[in-house]
Amino acid sequence: MGRVMKTALFAALMWAAALAVAQDRSIVMSSTTSTEQSGLFAHLLPAFKKATNIDVRVVAQGTGQALDMGRRGDADVLFVHDRVAEDKFIAEGFGLPRRDVMYNDFVLIGPAADPAGVKGKDVVAALSKLAASKAAFVSRGDKSGTHAAELRYWKLAGVDDPAVKSPARPFDYRACGCGMGPALNIASSSSDAYVLSDRGTWLSFKNPGSLAILVEGDKRLFNQYGVIVVNPAKHPHTKTALAQAFADWVVSAEGQAVIADYKIDGKQLFFPNAER
Amino acid sequence: MPILALNDVGVRYGAVAALRSVALNVHRGDFIALIGANGSGKTTLLQALHGLVPHTGTRRVDDRGARQVMVFQRPFVLRLSVWNNLRLALWLARVPAAERSGRATQALHHAGLAALRDRPARALSGGQQQRLALARAWAVRPDVLFLDEPTANLDPSAKKEIEAMLAAFAHEGMTLVMSTHNLGQAKRLATRVVYLDQGMIRADLPTARFFEEHLDERAELFLKGDLKWDV
Amino acid sequence: MSAFGESFQTAVALVVQADPVLLRTVALSLAVSASACAIAAGLGLAAGAWLAVITFPGRRVLIALLNTLLALPSVVVGLVVYLLLSRSGPLGAWGILFTPSAMVIAQTVLVLPVIAALSRQLVADSLRDGGDQLRSMGARPFTAALLMLLHERWAVATILLTAFGRAVSEVGAVMIVGGNIDGLTRVITTTIALETSKGDLPLALALGLVLLAIVGAINALIGLAQRVQGTSLAGAR
Repeated sequence: MGRVMKTALFAALMWAAALAVAQDRSIVMSSTTSTEQSGLFAHLLPAFKKATNIDVRVVAQGTGQALDMGRRGDADVLFVHDRVAEDKFIAEGFGLPRRDVMYNDFVLIGPAADPAGVKGKDVVAALSKLAASKAAFVSRGDKSGTHAAELRYWKLAGVDDPAVKSPARPFDYRACGCGMGPALNIASSSSDAYVLSDRGTWLSFKNPGSLAILVEGDKRLFNQYGVIVVNPAKHPHTKTALAQAFADWVVSAEGQAVIADYKIDGKQLFFPNAER
Repeated sequence: MPILALNDVGVRYGAVAALRSVALNVHRGDFIALIGANGSGKTTLLQALHGLVPHTGTRRVDDRGARQVMVFQRPFVLRLSVWNNLRLALWLARVPAAERSGRATQALHHAGLAALRDRPARALSGGQQQRLALARAWAVRPDVLFLDEPTANLDPSAKKEIEAMLAAFAHEGMTLVMSTHNLGQAKRLATRVVYLDQGMIRADLPTARFFEEHLDERAELFLKGDLKWDV
Repeated sequence: MSAFGESFQTAVALVVQADPVLLRTVALSLAVSASACAIAAGLGLAAGAWLAVITFPGRRVLIALLNTLLALPSVVVGLVVYLLLSRSGPLGAWGILFTPSAMVIAQTVLVLPVIAALSRQLVADSLRDGGDQLRSMGARPFTAALLMLLHERWAVATILLTAFGRAVSEVGAVMIVGGNIDGLTRVITTTIALETSKGDLPLALALGLVLLAIVGAINALIGLAQRVQGTSLAGAR
């Protein structure tokens, strides 16, 4: 047993050493599960590494948690999609001014048979119809950008709190507190459940069952991504220079081109819209 | 001058008094047989002599009786080879490193275990394991060797081997205190017999006298095998 | 049943092709969990041996507490270690959050009670048999305890294997303190979680099968080693 232990310890020490070396040109980026699951980073980050030799280590969570990670100083840069929460983050002093990077859109997904009859081009009208039906809606309920957007659409449809049941609103609201993938899984396993998803996760989702896109193209479904460098004034240890290098690159002509280049099944997922 | 002396010693296990007001002097060269019914306190007395249990009263150990080892009814040997069990015993007894190999080899031969040197100790028969336990004890050259019914679990030939070893030890000048059920064994080996009943020493005599003279009524009954269980 | 069939085929294909990502993930899983078990073994066996022989008031309470920690949820351990290692936490200056080192620490915390509690029981039981003999031979209590660990080394191996199984199969702790970073802190269990959430269930199951196969292989090796030792033990009890 002693030999095994010694070898394991040696391996651990080698890891630590390798890590110490790798730490130098690396940053931690806090982002969202939907962005990571869309596969964008596997496409974008190698290009960035080639250009700058900087390793980006992505920790993917919901937007709310991603921002909290920035508040704690555990990330160097943020890549999220919830304008309101981002502005609050920066107003609180935790981040340097944000830059627009790209947008994708949300789509309303539901059973192809569409029992609630929501199909169309208007997401707010669709949710109104859904609320009056006996169908179900799966919400991420996890403070993510997607969740925040969902709640905004409910408000526009006149539903202040979708969790509250009433005779006028008999639909079943299921909040899972989970990521986009698990939420889609839950919807796919039911025969009458609808869910709001970002297009990227939907396109790369491998378990669609009988689900299909029912509402798309509504301007309000537009989902804006921003990049925020964590403020060194609050967390001096963060690798600000390297993080800034990422933020600068991703809004540069080169970075934007790489984003536009990312496709699933020939379809572009993200639309670069950084200011010049 | 006794090398080991107990005076007014009592041992309690909870509410039960296992030993009561025991006074016993062990002299160098003694071979004491402790006899008595089950539950009479033989094991407790051995443990008290060896200093393994807390007790009231005094226990005095002379320099000449300081090194003590106990051998139990069921030998406990570690999952190591016979050889390593011996070396371990020597290490625990803080015998200098340079001497350990030599003493272990001597003990092996003394106990007739040389052929089994590298065998796993747990693979030995009961009798062989007990011989190992004795070899282990002998290797550290104890002043006093305590034995708790050392042959109770052994077949007659193994018993004979052990008794031969004990006789040899005694002949070499070791002091032994042994509890036993086997009266014949006591007669064969011991210089002195101590009879225990209900935690107290009832008789303490040289062997010959013990078996020939009239004694305590209960001792007589015990010797005849007529002492009832419900005592 | 088709998902299972597909998973099995995927699992075999992954292994046969020696998919480099899979190999890297497996290597990391094993390295992290083995390191954690090694460290926890050093500390845990000593602690277990010590607890088996020490007497002090409140010892029973401590043992009960230790046994309770056997049920420590891995996600709770992850959370606690995360808060300790976070930049805003007391050990933030170490800067090891989201690295394999943090994962090793979290898993060490997780399996330490397992090793300590089980080895304490093992030593206590063994000392009941041979404690008096060792004491008589001059062993101090802690020495006797350590000798019992040597004496019962195969039982100790089983304890360590139990700890390893617990470590290599957990996902809560390494997910939180490691961040499931692609190419750095992604292990088999977090990959399974990721693939499940992406809806790729056959792949997730396949990875699960791979993990079981690895642990099974380790178990078999230990069993084999014991039998080899056993044949030279010729009837040892």
